[in-house]
Amino acid sequence: MVPITYYLWLGAILFMIGAVGVLTRRNAIIILMCIELMLNGVNVTLIAFAQRLADLGGQVFAIFVITVAAGEAAVGLAIIISLFRNRSTLNVDEINLLKW
Amino acid sequence: MDLGFFLLFAGLAVFSALMVVTQKDVVHSALFLVSTLFWVASLYVLLQAEFLAAVQVLVYAGAIMVLILFTVLLIQMEEVQKTNPWHRQWPLALLLGPFLLLEIVLIVRRGLFPFQLGEFTSDKLAAVGNTEAFGQILFTRYFFPFEVASVLLLAAMIGAIVLAKKELGK
Repeated sequence: MVPITYYLWLGAILFMIGAVGVLTRRNAIIILMCIELMLNGVNVTLIAFAQRLADLGGQVFAIFVITVAAGEAAVGLAIIISLFRNRSTLNVDEINLLKW
Repeated sequence: MDLGFFLLFAGLAVFSALMVVTQKDVVHSALFLVSTLFWVASLYVLLQAEFLAAVQVLVYAGAIMVLILFTVLLIQMEEVQKTNPWHRQWPLALLLGPFLLLEIVLIVRRGLFPFQLGEFTSDKLAAVGNTEAFGQILFTRYFFPFEVASVLLLAAMIGAIVLAKKELGK
């Protein structure tokens, strides 16, 4: 039996790697992929708790997270395509119309 | 035995996740993300969530990654590849990341988890079957959120079509 804290640390590490990726990369597609990594870290935590507390609610939450991730990927990639069509760049430094 | 498999899968998942962030080529990043998702799915199997492991492979590694790779193909990346892939604030971000991890680790170490167990202990899950128990609870207690999720997917589908289609009549 693996202690639950190992799973929580793994979830935290995956979340941190995703967060650092979001903050350090300039390519919008890679930023989207790093957000998927963060969602996966959260899912690991939810499912670890579901198993340890013997409550399937955590697994149901994880499947809703996966649903939201699918919707987010579809809308995000559509935004990226229309952005590339208008500005012909994916560099988030150059997409700064709303920046103060 | 379990611990060995956990360390193997977790180590490979963290390694692939690091490669997702550090690879310069977008396609390499995407393929390492597929590998991360597979290792995380095998961790779900260790946690007795077989149905979610299958969903993870089908939805994440199948649908979402194909979507991302199609977008990479649709966009001419030559101009993107030439520029420096790192944001200029990367040292600050690299410093703040471990702080975030430290906060979570401190909370986990101090946290007191309730030990009032629910009804689905691992013996019962093994007897009933993960998918059947999951379906029963999803379609009874969590039925309304399930319906809301379907509406959310419909809204996301319409939004993606509207955003990505070309302007008509131009």
